[in-house]
Amino acid sequence: MTALKWLRHETVLAVLTIVALAVLASLSDKFFTVENLLNQGRLMSEVGLVALAMTFVIVTGGIDLSVGSILGLTAILLGVFWKNLGLPLPAAMLAALACGTFAGWVNGVIITRFSVPPLIATLATLALYRGLAEGISEARSVRGYPEWFFVFGQGEVLGVPFQLWILGIAILVSAVILGLTPFGRATYAIGANETAARFSGIRVNATKLWIYTAAGFLSALAAVIFVSRVTTTRSDMGTGLELDVITGVVLGGTSIFGGRGTIIGTVLGLVLIQSLKNGLALSGVKGDGTIVVIGLVLIGAILVGALFDRNRGG
Amino acid sequence: MKKLTLGAILGLALMSGSALAASAWTGGDDQPTNPLACDGTPGASAAMAYDGGAPTNPPDRKGKKITVVDIPKLIGIGYFSATTKGILEAAAELGNVDAKTDGPTKANIDEQITFIDNYITSGVDGILFAANDPVAIAPVLKKALEKGINVVGYDANSSPDARQWFVNQAQFNGIAKGLVDNMAKEAGEEGAVAIVTSTFTTPNQARWIAEMAAYAAACHPKMKWLETVEAQEDNNLSFNQATTLINKYGDELKGIFGMTSVATPASAEAVTQAGKCGKIAVVGLATPNAMKPYVKADCVKSVVLWNPVDLGYAAMHVLRAVADGTLVAGATSVKAGKLGELQVINGSEILLGAPYTFTKENIEQFDF
Repeated sequence: MTALKWLRHETVLAVLTIVALAVLASLSDKFFTVENLLNQGRLMSEVGLVALAMTFVIVTGGIDLSVGSILGLTAILLGVFWKNLGLPLPAAMLAALACGTFAGWVNGVIITRFSVPPLIATLATLALYRGLAEGISEARSVRGYPEWFFVFGQGEVLGVPFQLWILGIAILVSAVILGLTPFGRATYAIGANETAARFSGIRVNATKLWIYTAAGFLSALAAVIFVSRVTTTRSDMGTGLELDVITGVVLGGTSIFGGRGTIIGTVLGLVLIQSLKNGLALSGVKGDGTIVVIGLVLIGAILVGALFDRNRGG
Repeated sequence: MKKLTLGAILGLALMSGSALAASAWTGGDDQPTNPLACDGTPGASAAMAYDGGAPTNPPDRKGKKITVVDIPKLIGIGYFSATTKGILEAAAELGNVDAKTDGPTKANIDEQITFIDNYITSGVDGILFAANDPVAIAPVLKKALEKGINVVGYDANSSPDARQWFVNQAQFNGIAKGLVDNMAKEAGEEGAVAIVTSTFTTPNQARWIAEMAAYAAACHPKMKWLETVEAQEDNNLSFNQATTLINKYGDELKGIFGMTSVATPASAEAVTQAGKCGKIAVVGLATPNAMKPYVKADCVKSVVLWNPVDLGYAAMHVLRAVADGTLVAGATSVKAGKLGELQVINGSEILLGAPYTFTKENIEQFDF
């Protein structure tokens, strides 16, 4: 029993990640350097932040397709608040974060109050928020941010990229919330059986509303980091982000049907994808080849995970 | 609850409210324009000091074999296949360059940045790029310069200090004049026209549209602009957008500008399928191969472009010259193999030449 207990998806994934890291390190001597790994962490942060919230969303049996659009909208609002409305940049950042969070809250309201399936609701807001971003920006970029602002996306603290600290803190907080708190247990309960959760006195709607709002907030936070990293805002920022995020979460062993999934799994999934993308590129595989490998790994990991789960009788 | 919902809707409505502001032709940028004279007198270009960047402590690469990676906006489309062809041609001719092309399969700036970042880590000597966004790409290019890598752009520029040189395929006002003149000839001086572009923020397209608006205002003041639509350099989306334009404006629409090598053939196809050949003129930028069927069927009369094979070829030669130290700040021209001497303009740009109009008479001579 003890042996089987450890043969769960996360363990398989951890082994797979270590194997991948070892193979990639042997393929290119540029891969396993501190500089490269930290840089990859930097590139992973935006997807990582959103993936943490997405883990909660998917554990409840929901989905949030609008995260990329919220990122785009927040980025644009940051630029507009600062440049067009003339707010001081820190205030503009807070206001943009508030708007992104609000956008997530709107998702939650549509899903909980009007019982719209999350797939449909966020598919609609995916288009809505992107449209707003395009409209508000009039498709013009905002540029010329002051030097200090770039610390969020390009700066370092104690030799580690700034956003990696934020990601680290967010991972800790979300792992504790999902794993150790009543809120986390409510999240699992909703995903496992929403009706049962409702009759058990769990505040299903409030929980979901919090989760979708958090997804909005983390997407907005990712937007600020992203704008700082690339020094400009564009209305098409974050297009397709939702797919990268969902890939990472699902690879991490979170069941798309809800009820199962962990933050550590999501983190492993993200690390595996990012190191494959980077390591394969460094060892001379072209971009189109890399996508194929990632697709195969995703299918493989999920099949293996499902196999072990069946053996456990779970 | 009603109040909450109402508040949410109101909030969203307010956010979208600021979207409605007046602008000239949508999709143009807000930089100053410099339209050419209507009769084609060549525009004067003022002398400018070198404003490009410089690599930090580059190793001596003179005459040595160098590894070069070309990262275009996206791979898998005819246009960038043609530039790749030119790059490989020049690399083979030079004999001391190991060149390859890699990049995202969608014109996506995030992915392009990641590609460049990875190649910096893998330790190349030179980077050729065509930027998806001039400012967003700058930090990663500056990082390349800091690592001593030679950086040369072509097709779509970055901020000047983030690269050493940029090979300019054609000056924006020249292309704008070519497009608008041909459109006025085909759709009539008072024709109403629409534009299919990639995205409103793509640097080249935005610049061209701004120049077109300025040139049309000066030389074809009765040309009526209806709308600019985005189509992401996506074939299917371009076709749908063009079809939507045809249905939306009906007989009022006399011409469509295709601003990308994807949008132009897709617009021509949309016009053909709508049975509007001869009623709606399609003028645009495109590769000749994609346009041959429409030109032969007399549905499209003029295709404006430069030769992308030459563009890639020139970019490779410029990168080699920079690596060898033969092209330095302050130079006024550079030798580019079979293309001869190319002129330096705007400080740190190299001009490929005047744009070219493909017509039924000459299109068969080109194969790219």
